[in-house]
Amino acid sequence: MTDTKSETIEMVQIQDIGIEVERRGGGAPLVLLNDEEGLTRESPVVDELAKSFEVIIPEPPGFGASSRPGWIETMDDIAYVMLDFLDEAGIEDATVLGFSLGGWIAAEMATKNTSRISRLALVDPYGIKVGGPWDRDIQDIWFLTKEEVQALKYADPANGDIDYTVMPDEKLEVVARNRESFARFCWQPYMHNPKLKRRLHRIDVPTLVIWGAADGVVSTGYGKAFAGTIPGARFEVVEDGGHFPHLEQPAAFMDVLGGFLAEAQQAA
Amino acid sequence: MYAWHFTEMPYPNHPDPDTVPSVRVSLPNKHFDPKLGADLYNRYLDEHLLADELGLNIMLNEHHQTATCLDVAAPLSAAILARQTSKARICILGNPMSNRADPIRVAEEMAMIDCISRGRLDAGFVRGVPYEVFAANTNPTQTLERLWEGIDLCVKAWTHREGCFNFEGKFWHKRSVNIWPTPYQQPHPPVWITGSSDKENIREVARRGFTFAMFLQPYEKVREMFDAYRECAIYDDPEEVRRHIAYMPLVATGETEEEAEVYAKKVAWYLSAKTAPQFRNPPGYVPVSFNVNALKGTYSGRTDAVRTRGIEYLKEQGVLMYGTPDQVFEQVRAFYDHVGGFGQLLMMQQAGHLDHEETVKSMTLFAKEVYPRIREEFDFKLAKKGAAAQ
Repeated sequence: MTDTKSETIEMVQIQDIGIEVERRGGGAPLVLLNDEEGLTRESPVVDELAKSFEVIIPEPPGFGASSRPGWIETMDDIAYVMLDFLDEAGIEDATVLGFSLGGWIAAEMATKNTSRISRLALVDPYGIKVGGPWDRDIQDIWFLTKEEVQALKYADPANGDIDYTVMPDEKLEVVARNRESFARFCWQPYMHNPKLKRRLHRIDVPTLVIWGAADGVVSTGYGKAFAGTIPGARFEVVEDGGHFPHLEQPAAFMDVLGGFLAEAQQAA
Repeated sequence: MYAWHFTEMPYPNHPDPDTVPSVRVSLPNKHFDPKLGADLYNRYLDEHLLADELGLNIMLNEHHQTATCLDVAAPLSAAILARQTSKARICILGNPMSNRADPIRVAEEMAMIDCISRGRLDAGFVRGVPYEVFAANTNPTQTLERLWEGIDLCVKAWTHREGCFNFEGKFWHKRSVNIWPTPYQQPHPPVWITGSSDKENIREVARRGFTFAMFLQPYEKVREMFDAYRECAIYDDPEEVRRHIAYMPLVATGETEEEAEVYAKKVAWYLSAKTAPQFRNPPGYVPVSFNVNALKGTYSGRTDAVRTRGIEYLKEQGVLMYGTPDQVFEQVRAFYDHVGGFGQLLMMQQAGHLDHEETVKSMTLFAKEVYPRIREEFDFKLAKKGAAAQ
């Protein structure tokens, strides 16, 4: 049985960017695109996945230890860099699994080039606008208080409590920098690419969109609309989970993801 | 030393801050009564005209979406005063260049005001305080870059004489810029920039020969930043350097100590205005290192002590200067000594519920009984004869 605790972390050079890449487990490649807060990478879900896949976690420019040159301004820029990474790493037939901002990046990548991607799973992704100019499709997480945002993000807000005062400085630097990068790339247009909705029809690989029923930042209605623009995409809801359903309901989440991944293993 | 009268033109008649999440940014404008607003605008402008009569200069600033400041367009106020005053210099401190949509429009407005006033404009530029990014929707991680690109473009527009120029920068694209009018002052109005903690920024201000201003900070901090400016100042004459260093305290001058204390408590209102925490520190406005401290609970912008302590503490720190004329003079002198000297005294003499009669009294006492002593004691002894009227 694969030692799921064994991991490697290396820096991979893509153009003028140093991309931090972690690998865990062994087997068919599963490229995991982390959420903007870096929570998914620290969660048991990754170890669970590493039992059956080689989980490859490239941190986008500006997140984790990846560098952030000034010319990188949008998710569009980042998607091309991540596609460059797939080329550089020689990854074939990847399952791409993206969470929140990582889901947005995964969707952008898949609209451009799926030659190295065999299937796509998105978990509460940001990235499109569904309504009109006066509608607030995505709650404004920088406008609201920390407590309000936490209540929107989690089915049980207490699940979002993090004690920063006990973290070492190196970790706090990553937290602060992630927040800064998130704002840098997603401030305006707010949390979406106006062009993405017009491109999602290009995704030509099996796609699963998973949503937390209690996600208050982007609603299940938003999620359904997102999934509805991707040909043949399945839309599944995890009850009692918020914006990070895999953190709040890991078992139910893995049930939903499980069937989809089983197909991936059969195909491999 | 020159003294400048200033008010943020507040609308103090808003709900008690304890009953609302924030006075800035999100307080619904249903709480604004336009009739009262009209009275306030005209009253504040009258006080600026009084400043002119009294021989004080005038400073203006600009904020958005807040009951603490009704001046949403400093160029508008400056234009009114350019026409209605005759002696005072008028300093906009500052145009929020990071948040303005078009630096060329700013350049034109400044040139027009400079002409109307016949060369009495000082044009300041600011990054804008953190909460302003919400009104302007400026990316908080880009405010410094936008500030300097905007300033460069504005100065070029002021000084380029030979027809159209183009510019394709990171934030602005212009195809054929050729502003009419040009500024009245040559090569352009004096430029002022504010700062509070970014030393690299302060050094850049110094290298360009701009005036550096700080507002409402404890004197130790001010000393540190003024020293950073002096290290890189391009002027040989230390008096010329001093002429380019500015500080703003709250100022309340009373006939008696008791009267001054009443005025002081009213102007100190300014520091108590409530801004919800997420508006005070949008991500990327301050560097990662500052935010690491924020996560640890050891950083909070303008220190909470300044925000919550009483007027005695504020006086000790040099943030608030109040008392009889003699006492105010002594506090200016003490602050001057603490910070290694400065040349421009910007004074928030009106804030909160300090009414017209009280403001007039405070301004007049200062102008008649403090300012002459300040002019004498801190007069610029410039090496070069005939250096500017300022």
